[in-house]
Amino acid sequence: MDINKKGYIERQTSFFITMAILIISLIIYIFPFAMVIINSFKEKRDIIKEPLAIIGSRGFTFDNYVNAFFKMRFPQTFMNSLAITSCSVLLIIITTSMCAYFFVRMNYKINRIIFTIMIASMVIPFQVIMIPLVSIYGARLSMLNHRITLILMHTGFSTAMSVFLYHSFIKTSIPLSLEEAAKLDGCSRYQIFFRIVFPLLTPTTVTLIILYAMGIWNDFLLPSLVLTKKELFTLPIATQVFYGTYSTDLGLIMSSLIMVVLPIIILYIFLQRHIVAGIVAGAVKS
Amino acid sequence: MQNQNKFYYKIAMFCSFAGPSVFLFAAVVIAPFIFGIYLTFTNWNGISSTMSFSGKANYIALLKDTAFWVSMGKTIFYTFFSVILANVIAFFLAYLVTNHVVGRNFFRAVFFTPNLIGGIVLGYIWKFVFNKAVLTVGKMTGLPLFSSAWLSDPDKALWALILVSVWQLSGFLMLIYIAGLTGIPEDLKSAALIDGCNSWQSMKHVTIPLMAGTFTICFFLSITRCFVTYDLNLSLTAGQPYNSTKLAAMYVYNMAFESKNYGLGQAEALVLFLFVSAVAVTQVLLGKQKEVEA
Repeated sequence: MDINKKGYIERQTSFFITMAILIISLIIYIFPFAMVIINSFKEKRDIIKEPLAIIGSRGFTFDNYVNAFFKMRFPQTFMNSLAITSCSVLLIIITTSMCAYFFVRMNYKINRIIFTIMIASMVIPFQVIMIPLVSIYGARLSMLNHRITLILMHTGFSTAMSVFLYHSFIKTSIPLSLEEAAKLDGCSRYQIFFRIVFPLLTPTTVTLIILYAMGIWNDFLLPSLVLTKKELFTLPIATQVFYGTYSTDLGLIMSSLIMVVLPIIILYIFLQRHIVAGIVAGAVKS
Repeated sequence: MQNQNKFYYKIAMFCSFAGPSVFLFAAVVIAPFIFGIYLTFTNWNGISSTMSFSGKANYIALLKDTAFWVSMGKTIFYTFFSVILANVIAFFLAYLVTNHVVGRNFFRAVFFTPNLIGGIVLGYIWKFVFNKAVLTVGKMTGLPLFSSAWLSDPDKALWALILVSVWQLSGFLMLIYIAGLTGIPEDLKSAALIDGCNSWQSMKHVTIPLMAGTFTICFFLSITRCFVTYDLNLSLTAGQPYNSTKLAAMYVYNMAFESKNYGLGQAEALVLFLFVSAVAVTQVLLGKQKEVEA
């Protein structure tokens, strides 16, 4: 009885200590976001004088959002980001799933060589590719400043890892017998792939969509090298230009940051479980 | 005839299934990689249509470029502290979150949030926090740590960068540690407790050795990420004050696209790449030795 009681008290105190540490860390993690949110609703002078106040002494204002919305051409940049991200992800999924399927089922020598090169290439950081990339496609072929160039580049950079993830999934979890049955029924290779194999790849497809949608939406370095015209800018580039031009107006900056972040946060609230699972799967497997 | 048809069929299949992927991969990764090695032996300035062969001039210039080695040193310093702190905090948070607390999914979701946002935006958010909010906290509390602007102090600016990286990375690594911690069989931990271990001993002798694989993954991911940090560096400090926070990735970028010295920039990028690969591979090999089976 006495031992039980002691154990109970111990468990209670350790529970409270754990919760206390977690809540304090939570506040530290949220603090920067909270600062930006409360200051985005303040007037310029209030932000400088009293950045910690929840509501500035000049009151609550929406002007920052209205001004930033027009000055960063929000609808246009948002549509650019959306078009580039969705086209790239769609292209990645289709091309790499077909490629990985072909590599698994057709044991040609050339396939094995290419697959090995792809795996080896995954260690190359973007910094090593970036300078020659700009000199080939910019100076020699003049292909920069087109959205399609950026989409194809995103697809090319994502190919190795995506093929690798599909390859291991097909190899371990797609039974060959299913495809043989379909073949006997007279299906062509394409029909077998699109009607039977591709639907079975859904878990990996979801992981890859989440991984690349987030990566491409937030990417800054590659788009900033490829797109230099204002009307082609994506959201991350638009914030940077904004900072340079209106560096004195913190209110505009705060509200533009919120507008850039908001679409992802909304998506995260709804798809939280899938996103977390996708990130873990992507990180651990690669 | 039959054989020839079969050969063409194979080629048609290859082109339709693997063709697009292989073409894009070769065009965007392999061709630039090879061209990049060629570029290091030339003196191209990025504009002129001709480039002349300059032999090993770039590599000699690279050895003499002390500013580059200084920024490599800063990068190593930054990576070392970011990786250690981020992993320790991530493991600690993962341990707390998996330890039967209320609202476990909520905590997990919030700690991960910084990773949803690109480095550029995070840098701007923290720039505001350091320049305005931290100073106000310093004025109110009188703590000397918060009373000077971190980002304009050459000694503290690099630590500000480390702090933001740790804040972001730890939420990401925490997810992987949670996956590792929940993968450890409960009966092994109970057995250790029955055998008279306290919870710290069971952690040290059962949990941590079984998680060697997870540690290897987390260190690999954080090392390879930190070494090439660019976005955050650009928006938070832009290398200032007095170039005290110019990390190698930014140095390479500026060398090529601002100083228009493509050959030297590419040679320095290759050095950075070889260095990162060497560190990452050594780390993985060391980690593999420590792995044990349950």
